[in-house]
Amino acid sequence: MGVGIDVINLNAWYGANHTLQDVNLKIPANHATALIGPSGCGKSTFVRCINRMHETNPIARVTGKVLIGDLDIYADAKPVEIRRRVGMVFQRPNPFPTMSIYDNVAAGLKLNGFNNRQALDEIVERSLKNSALWDEVKDDLRKKSGASLSGGQQQRLCIARALAVDPEVLLMDEPASALDPVSTSKIEDLIFQLKSQYTIVIVTHNMQQAARVAEKTGFFLNGRMVEFDSTQKIFTNPSDKRTEDYITGRFG
Amino acid sequence: MKTELKFRAKFLERKRAFTDGAATFLAVLSTVLVVAPLVAIFAYLVYKGASSLNLDFFTQIPKPVGESGGGMANAIAGSAILLAVGSLIGVPIGIAGGIFLAEFGRGTKLANAVRFTADVLNGVPSIVMGIAVYSLIVVPQGHFSAFSGGVALGIMMIPTVCRTTEEMLLMVPNAVREAALALGVPNWRSVLAITVKTASPGIITGCMLAFARVAGETAPLIFTAFGNVDWSGKLNEPIAALPLQIYVYAISPYDEWHRLAWGGALVLIVLIVLAVSLVRYVTSRGVLKGAS
Amino acid sequence: MTRIRFQQSLDELKNQLLVMAGLTEQAIQRAVEAYRARDLSICDLVSHSEIAINRLERDIDQAALDLLAMEQPMASDLRFILSVIKINADLERVGDVAKNISERVRGMEQMAVVDLPVDIPRMADLASEMVRKSLQSFIEEDAEVARTVLTMDKAVDAMNRAAYKALTKLMAEQSYLAPQALNALMIARALERVADHATNIAEDVIFWVQGTDVRHEKKMKTTPDPHAME
Repeated sequence: MGVGIDVINLNAWYGANHTLQDVNLKIPANHATALIGPSGCGKSTFVRCINRMHETNPIARVTGKVLIGDLDIYADAKPVEIRRRVGMVFQRPNPFPTMSIYDNVAAGLKLNGFNNRQALDEIVERSLKNSALWDEVKDDLRKKSGASLSGGQQQRLCIARALAVDPEVLLMDEPASALDPVSTSKIEDLIFQLKSQYTIVIVTHNMQQAARVAEKTGFFLNGRMVEFDSTQKIFTNPSDKRTEDYITGRFG
Repeated sequence: MKTELKFRAKFLERKRAFTDGAATFLAVLSTVLVVAPLVAIFAYLVYKGASSLNLDFFTQIPKPVGESGGGMANAIAGSAILLAVGSLIGVPIGIAGGIFLAEFGRGTKLANAVRFTADVLNGVPSIVMGIAVYSLIVVPQGHFSAFSGGVALGIMMIPTVCRTTEEMLLMVPNAVREAALALGVPNWRSVLAITVKTASPGIITGCMLAFARVAGETAPLIFTAFGNVDWSGKLNEPIAALPLQIYVYAISPYDEWHRLAWGGALVLIVLIVLAVSLVRYVTSRGVLKGAS
Repeated sequence: MTRIRFQQSLDELKNQLLVMAGLTEQAIQRAVEAYRARDLSICDLVSHSEIAINRLERDIDQAALDLLAMEQPMASDLRFILSVIKINADLERVGDVAKNISERVRGMEQMAVVDLPVDIPRMADLASEMVRKSLQSFIEEDAEVARTVLTMDKAVDAMNRAAYKALTKLMAEQSYLAPQALNALMIARALERVADHATNIAEDVIFWVQGTDVRHEKKMKTTPDPHAME
């Protein structure tokens, strides 16, 4: 089951660049929340603050609070623990190139010391089924490498890999932007199904995608969160003119 | 007007074709010039050395001066031992250094110092290396040894292995590292199990380059391994080495020894090529095998 | 500014709708004038403009559909196009009404002119004024002007009810006047429908400009929703 995320006065820097300014928002559990905004608005940085990936960059800095469920992820936990509870799928599919499909999905577990062969088999199968990839690869699990799949399949493999560690939150940073329309549709259908079990945050450039999959949408601009409301309201009658300008494509 | 244009077009066409042909010719010529010395050397070695190769060569130790026959079996074995010791020293240290430079120390002053040291070490003449190890190990121990020879070769391997490892690791796309980190894998584990594994073909190539380079080194062994006309068993005894033996025989006044030197040179080159090929073959199968 | 071509398409759509609106307004006014002056030549004019109005309705709907498919409009753009489609339909109905009125006038050709207890011209003025104002609110994107149209509807409804009462009473008392009275009744009803269409247009403008759906508001507040959960 997913948990809600409470973000309080989040500020983030890359060196001297104040990438996120005073972000406050509550992301509801077991829903899909979309984050939209122009390039460089901070939405990717925001998402990387939630699984503490932002700080892997040596010049990165974060202040403020992020609560996942009841846990203050900066004050009361280590990054490695958080990343096991918060999964991430990246813009470009990035399966481990030296590993088979099976090993890719099992990687998060194996690399953390979990080696029970039978349990792993079950988890791999369940994860691949949950990411709608099982039928396409079930006969080649150990024979094919992760990198030999098509782009759309690779992305679903990455989703399966993220799901295998049973996170509560799934972060998706433009998961379909490198994919063709058919693969995109499959991923969107997937998100729809996964919503009931996980809390999903999806960063997207594609507003129609946000409209299709997310109940709530947040609009970021220049490091600030301008408006956060139901997707229906944002796209039919937004409150802030800046939101309106962005989604109708009018700048300047 | 039209005919003028036609003429010009034809002229340009011919010029392009000529340039294309000239460039192709130069490229082929360059390739030949690069490969030719290698082929020439190899051919000459075969011509001069093949006659010395018989079963004795590979099974017997050198006979005393004046007697004919004998072989370089001890030198071949000795080289193998020295290279084994050298690799045991050079490869782990080099790889560890490369991992540090690429994964843990990026941008730090310490990393810059390490890299600088490796580059300097790379430039140290092999004879100086031999003298250094002589002073550091042979003199305190009071005798020449296979161990000191191995150390000298090992130290010479370090810079190549280290820099190649670093470069290969840097070529691993950051996306792969991020994928591992995002799964909650601790950094050290991600480096070893994912990044290093992904770069392993390149790292192994680096090790082989270092291996091939030191396999033929003679100067550092003069004051450390020293050479041996007999079999040697222990690491703290002087040991024969193929390049060393070749050198000693080549500068000697005896024809018989010259004959053996040619044979040794041929064998040395062939063994290096074989060793490198074997490693390639084994690891290319192994990398995929490891994927289950 | 970005999306210039899209903005131009939206402006074109607006202009097309205004052309249609102009034709429709003109049709109503001509139909009422034909009634007042019993002038059949004006009826011909109304019939001709009807053809142009129908063609425009199809063109506008097609243009709107194309914009929806090709440009993925959002927020106010989306509401605008939706309003255009609906106003388009209302305007076409008004055109139909104008045609019906002029047919009535033709049908009355042989009848004698009599005084009737109903002020058709005044109703027509009110209804026309409502149409004009609703279109003004569309041009100026002004929801307040649109709201005034909503209040005017009551007056027209009242006039229509009064006309019904008066004319049915007349028909009962002086049955030989039934043909003229019936025609007048139908024309009054037609004008009441014009007023309703003007009201719809005004509601659509409010939806476009403010994003709120004000249709059937009063009724919804007093009547319980049979499908609502307790």
